Amino acid sequence: MSVLVKNGQNVRNIVRALVEEKGREKSELIPILQDINGQFGYISDEAIKELSERMNIPGSHIYSVATFYRMLSTEPRGEHVIQFCESAPCHVAGGRLVWEKLKQELGLEKGETSDDEKWTLLTTSCLGVCGVGPVMIVDNNIYGNVTPEQVPGILSQYN
Amino acid sequence: MKAIRSMILVSSDPESMDHGALEVFSTLQKQILAHGLEEEISLSMISDVSKKSQNPLVLVYPDAVIYGSVTPEDIPHIVEEHLYKGRVVEEKQISPYDLSGRIAWLTARKGTLPAENRIVLKNVGLIDPEIIDDYIINEGYEALGKVLKEMTPKETYTVIKESGLQGRGGAGFPTGLKWQFVAGEKRDKKYVICNADESEPGTFKDRLVLEGDPHAIIEAMTIAAYAVGADEGFVYIRGEYGLAITRMQKAIEQAQEYGLLGDNIFGTGFAFNIHIHAGAGAYICGEETALIESIEGNRGEPRARPPYPTTAGLWQKPTVVNNVETLANIPAIIRNGPEWYKSIGTPSSPGTKVYTILGNVNVTGLIEVPMGITLREVISIYAKGMKDGGTFKVAQTGGSSGSIIPASLQDTPMDFDSYNKAGVSLGSGALLIGNQDVCVVDLAKVLLNFFRFESCGKCNPCRIGNKRAFDVLSRIAEGVGNLQDLVDLQMLSNQLFELSNCGLGQTAGSPLKDILAHFQAEVEAHIKLKVCPAGVCPMSGNWEHQID
Repeated sequence: MSVLVKNGQNVRNIVRALVEEKGREKSELIPILQDINGQFGYISDEAIKELSERMNIPGSHIYSVATFYRMLSTEPRGEHVIQFCESAPCHVAGGRLVWEKLKQELGLEKGETSDDEKWTLLTTSCLGVCGVGPVMIVDNNIYGNVTPEQVPGILSQYN
Repeated sequence: MKAIRSMILVSSDPESMDHGALEVFSTLQKQILAHGLEEEISLSMISDVSKKSQNPLVLVYPDAVIYGSVTPEDIPHIVEEHLYKGRVVEEKQISPYDLSGRIAWLTARKGTLPAENRIVLKNVGLIDPEIIDDYIINEGYEALGKVLKEMTPKETYTVIKESGLQGRGGAGFPTGLKWQFVAGEKRDKKYVICNADESEPGTFKDRLVLEGDPHAIIEAMTIAAYAVGADEGFVYIRGEYGLAITRMQKAIEQAQEYGLLGDNIFGTGFAFNIHIHAGAGAYICGEETALIESIEGNRGEPRARPPYPTTAGLWQKPTVVNNVETLANIPAIIRNGPEWYKSIGTPSSPGTKVYTILGNVNVTGLIEVPMGITLREVISIYAKGMKDGGTFKVAQTGGSSGSIIPASLQDTPMDFDSYNKAGVSLGSGALLIGNQDVCVVDLAKVLLNFFRFESCGKCNPCRIGNKRAFDVLSRIAEGVGNLQDLVDLQMLSNQLFELSNCGLGQTAGSPLKDILAHFQAEVEAHIKLKVCPAGVCPMSGNWEHQID
C-alpha cells in the first residue's frame, strides 16, 4: 500500500498531530476527517488505520462515517473538482442544458475522474445560492447564472 | 462607538470580480479617506447581489441607490457628488429591477413595498456583521440584558409561548412549548442547539442571517439557554457555508470579549458557551436527531422517537434544537412583548416568514413578509410578475417539507394553518415559481432524485421507496409508463408517509401525491398519448440508461 507523503511528512504523522491537537473525543472525528480530506483531497485507508489506533475508534466506524458525508471522499479525486447543483431551482432555471454541456466538454459522466487526473465531475444538492442558479462550483469558486456558452470559458481558467 | 451615516456595498459575485470589483473597492476606500469620510461611511463587499451585464455594482444605503457597471474612474465623481455633497449621480444610476439577490429589500426602502416587515432580517445588509458595536447600537443584546436582570426563566419561556412563535424549520412546532419541556427536565446538563444546516433546495434565508447578523443568533441562543437552564450550546452550520462559519466564529469571540458570552454574562453569574460544528455535507443532518448524531461523531442517521431531544438529545441530555430563523425572532419578541408579535401575521400563525423567490419570475430574491400573504401577491408584487410574459403554472415550496402547488391554490393565505387545511405545506420558505414550460413529471423526478440521493439508508421504506418512485417516474418520462404506474406511485407515496422513520421519508412522497391530485391529466398524457405536454421529458422510449 502506498504511503501518502505531503510536505515530506507521511499521512500517519499528520493524523497523529491532528489527534494530538483536537483530542480523542469521538465528537472530534468529523472535524479531523474534514481536515485530512482538505489536506490530501481524500481519506486513505492508511489515514483511517492510524486514526483508528490513535482515537481508539473501530476502523469500520470511521469508514462508515467517511463514506456517509458528501464532502468527505475515500477515493482520490482529480486536481480540480467540479460540483454541479442538480436541485430543482437550478434545474428549472436552465441547469439541464448546462449539465449536458459540462459532460460533453469534459468527456466525463457523473462521478468520474479524467484519465489525466485533472478533473472530477460531481453533482451536488442545493448549495444555497439559488438566487443566481444554475450554479456550479470548481474547487472553492462558485459560478452563478451559468449558461452552456460560458462553460468552456470557466473551465479554461483552470488550465 | 461609531455612528455610521451611510453604508456602501460593492458586489463581489464572480462576474463583478472579473470586471474589476476589487479595483473599484480599493479606489472607493482611498476616496473615502481623501474626503475624511471614513468615520461616517462603512464599506463592504457583498456577494448576494448581481445584475447581468451591469456588474460590478455599487450600492449606497440607506438611500437604496444602485450604480452599475462602475469602473474605478467613476469613483471620484460618485464619492464627491453623492457621498460628500449628497447628490445622486443619475447618469450611473440603474434600476433595481431584475437584480438577483437582495433586491426585494432595496425596493422596500423606497416605500414601494409597504407590506414587507423585517424582524428576522432587520439588521441583515444594514450593519457590519463583523463589528459587535454595530449590532449593539441597533438594540443588540438589550433583550438578553432584560431577560437576565428582570425576568425569571419561567417568565422568559412564557413570553415566547404567548407570542405564538412557531418553529420556522418547516414543521411549525410552538417554540415556547419546546423550551418549557426542556426547562421542566430536572437534569444536571442541558444543551441548546441552533440548527443552521440549511439544505432545503432553494432556501438560503438562514445563510443570510448567519452571514449578516450572527450576533442575533448568539443573543437568542443565550436567552434560550437561560430559559431552559443550559450552559452549553452548538451551532451546527452546513459545511458549504464557509463565510457563515467564519462570521459566526468571529462573533462568538467578540461576544466573549464583551462579557456577553462566557462564565459571567452581564455580570450576573449566568454561564453559557457556544461551539461551532461544521457539517460535512448531508441533507439529512437538518433533521434534529440526525444532527445530534452528527455532532456526536456518527453517521447522520435519525434516531427512533420518542424519546424526543427535549428529554434525551445530545449525549442523552435534554436539548433544545431551534432553526436559525426561529431564533432570529427571539430578541425582538423579548424587547417588544408577545402582544406586539401577535399583531403581525395571522391569529394562528403570528409573525413574519422569510421567503426565497426563485424560478421563472422577473425578480428573484429574498423577502420577509407577514404570515398569510398569498402566492398571487408574492408573484405580482414582489417578483414583479412572470418572466417573458409566461403563465404561472406550478409552485414548489421547497425541499422535503414542501409541496407542489397548482395555480388554483394561489389565493390561499400562506400560513401553517391555511396550508395544512388545503393539504399542502409551506416548507422551509423556498418558493420556486414555474411557468407553462415546467413539466410536473420532470419536476417530481428531480425532487425524487434528490430524496433518493439524500436518504440516509437507515430505514427500508425511504431507502427503497424513493429509488422505486424515481424509477417509475423515469419510465413515465421516457414514454414507456403504463396506467398501473399511477397506482404504484400513489401507493409508494402512502407507504413513504406512513412507514418512514423520519421527516425526510415521510414527506418525500408529497410530490407524487401532489402531481396525481393536481396534474393527473398531464401525467396521463405521458402514458396514454406518449407526449410530454411541456416538451421537457425525453420520451425516447428508453429508460434503462436512467438506472445507475
